[in-house]
Amino acid sequence: MSFLRKSVQLLGAVGRNQQHLKAIRGAISAAAPRGYSSEASTDYANFPGAKAPFVSKLKLNMPEDYAPIPIYRVMDRDGFIADESQDPQLGREVVEKMFRDMVLLNTMDKILYESQRQGRISFYMTNFGEEASHIGSAAALEMRDLIYAQYREAGVLVWRGFRIDQFIDQCFGNQDDLGRGKQMPVHYGSKELNFVTISSPLSTQMPQAVGAAYAMKLRPDNDACVVCYFGEGAASEGDAHAAFNFAATLGCPVILFCRNNGFAISTPSHEQYKGDGIAGRGPMGYGIATIRVDGTDVFAVYNAMKAAKEYVLKENKPVVFEALAYRVSHHSTSDDSTAYRSADEIEVWNSVEHPISKLKRYMVHKGWFNEEEESAFVKDVRKRVLKQIAVSEKKTKPNWSEMFEGVYAEMPQHLVEQQKELQQHVEAHKEFYPLKNFKQ
Amino acid sequence: MIVPQILRGRLTTLRPNVSALFLSRSHFTYYPTSSSSGKKMNMFNAINNAMDLALENDNSALLFGEDVGFGGVFRCSVNLRDKYGKNRVFNTPLCEQGIAGFAIGVANTGVTAIAEIQFADYIFPSFDQIVNEAAKYRYRSGGLFDCGSLTFRVPCGAVGHGALYHSQSPEAYFAHTPGLRIVIPRGPVKAKGLLLACVRDPNPCIVFEPKTLYRAAVEEVPLDYYTSDLGKADVLCEGKDVTLIGWGTQVHVLLEVANLAKEKLGVDCEVIDLVSILPWDTDAVCKSAKKTGRVIIAHEAPYTQGFGSEIAAYIQEKCFLHLEAPVKRVTGWDTPFPHVFEPFYLPDKHRCLSAVQDIMLF
Repeated sequence: MSFLRKSVQLLGAVGRNQQHLKAIRGAISAAAPRGYSSEASTDYANFPGAKAPFVSKLKLNMPEDYAPIPIYRVMDRDGFIADESQDPQLGREVVEKMFRDMVLLNTMDKILYESQRQGRISFYMTNFGEEASHIGSAAALEMRDLIYAQYREAGVLVWRGFRIDQFIDQCFGNQDDLGRGKQMPVHYGSKELNFVTISSPLSTQMPQAVGAAYAMKLRPDNDACVVCYFGEGAASEGDAHAAFNFAATLGCPVILFCRNNGFAISTPSHEQYKGDGIAGRGPMGYGIATIRVDGTDVFAVYNAMKAAKEYVLKENKPVVFEALAYRVSHHSTSDDSTAYRSADEIEVWNSVEHPISKLKRYMVHKGWFNEEEESAFVKDVRKRVLKQIAVSEKKTKPNWSEMFEGVYAEMPQHLVEQQKELQQHVEAHKEFYPLKNFKQ
Repeated sequence: MIVPQILRGRLTTLRPNVSALFLSRSHFTYYPTSSSSGKKMNMFNAINNAMDLALENDNSALLFGEDVGFGGVFRCSVNLRDKYGKNRVFNTPLCEQGIAGFAIGVANTGVTAIAEIQFADYIFPSFDQIVNEAAKYRYRSGGLFDCGSLTFRVPCGAVGHGALYHSQSPEAYFAHTPGLRIVIPRGPVKAKGLLLACVRDPNPCIVFEPKTLYRAAVEEVPLDYYTSDLGKADVLCEGKDVTLIGWGTQVHVLLEVANLAKEKLGVDCEVIDLVSILPWDTDAVCKSAKKTGRVIIAHEAPYTQGFGSEIAAYIQEKCFLHLEAPVKRVTGWDTPFPHVFEPFYLPDKHRCLSAVQDIMLF
């Protein structure tokens, strides 16, 4: 972390004051064990709120004094590994799964986006441009690691084995939807895949993930961590602050994974914060080990997640993880993003800088890429998704009386009565309700 | 949140002999719940005893909040950190939304979480986590996930000098939220039973604890593990003329009013402690309303949209033909909770008694 503090200016100052710095360091090591002793060195402060040296010259600590946290990258945009020591050496099978899962997600997104435009589903959010941060991070985890997500992390579910029919049934809210048709599309959840059901309020999952990590830490021989995904916009919420601070003070094995894609709906990140992104808040702000990666580089995300997981489990401490990417998608189907950014800008990120293109170039160099197989795969996914849409669309919704279920573990008397009241009403006025769409 | 020094001093360091003085200035006389056996405890002792049992019975259970570690600003968690370790009984940073969110996450894993919000007045920063998240977890996930093993303990209500932010009774805000359980004890026996019931209940629960009772309420509390029924009201005193409904400290005001009504007006009051605000005991209330035909509801919280409105509307709908007079609400005024005007703000025994007189003359 020390490099963070070394701006050009500070380095110069340090050089001029080597002697002084030595004295300070001496004071730190000497004073620390003495705790609140009144005999502390005169140039070392002993306030309970912070341990730091005194200085006798006034200086505003400027954001510019701190070098930005660098962005870890393994593969360049042409798919070449810059430093061989950083090659994760993943086998062909794993890389192919990474690639195909990204392509599957991308293909499914395109079709479901279109089906919303046609009015077949009510809402959708695509994952374009962020596929690598989903797949790279998921691949570095085990199924026992618990996931809390925001809403743009469907790739994590793809990697874990959530099926096309499960995605599409949720979007239609039909009788096979695991969530029983209660939430909007893309609010997925799977107990089996250890993926906590998504909710719309932003950042609420963050302190929850921290609490889950705390509880898991206390299990005997715990070998599982929690990963909490959120966008850079969500990181402005109070719950994000709560999560960072609780994770640090209570020692929780949680990876706070920020997808910094440059936009929160129409708000660009420069209107979201003035500091060094989200990563900049980690080490100095909350005392949390931090890593920042190129979120379009699946290997960088993978390596960093491996390291982060190892650290959080070994130390029972959190990690702030910032994956930088670009939201190629519109925010959602309710948004036209060309109203606030140029089509040219989007195009760059959708081609040369796109995570799928980058991995493809890597695979071409390796001789692992086969154009024919690839287009056959895409064609097959398209066919499966289209077929599933037709099937999911026709499935009936759950019985409408399920609306009253799950509010409490058991249905209280007043809900039993309200359910009965609606039953009688619907019975008497059948013709006004879409009963045929619902399971009887 | 920060407790003003004077308030903290009065609430947490009062010695028993001083508390008599304190009591003589308070707006209620405490009516103990009689139990066959047990140990004399005040309400914070009883809550401490309940949490001790909860932590002992379930060795994964966690207890946390602001200043919980050293025993809590109301002494409810005293000695528990020493007994169960700092991993299980601990301070959190000063952030209510964090406490609530953290508690939900703990409960998501199935672990019992007892979270303290230092004053009900400071529960609002966690409103989003409680209303949008805790209350809806099971429903929105189709039952895949829940946070049912979560209980919030929240000191509430008037205390004599708490002013705007150490006196509020926010139960009605939460009563509008399907998925929550809300209970309010009237004393030590009930506080212990309700807390243990909430800890075990598979739904997220909020226990609002009237803080003026922490020291003032003393009664024999059974030492064994026991639970009180959730969703059930207690008929504390039977009567045939007027039904008086309240909860928390107000129950004691109403018990005194019932005595005064008999003595001075010759009116026979039935006093009901509602106990559970959500889900609430409609049967017990309607049974009594149908019997007496006259109902007065009294609570410290403001009048407009207070929980009394819900009860009054329900009684009107279900007991219309049995009513001899309009349902009357005696409550705090529609103002913030004031400091020096507290004696004029509260729905004290004099206001309640005159409501009894009015409802009999209607």
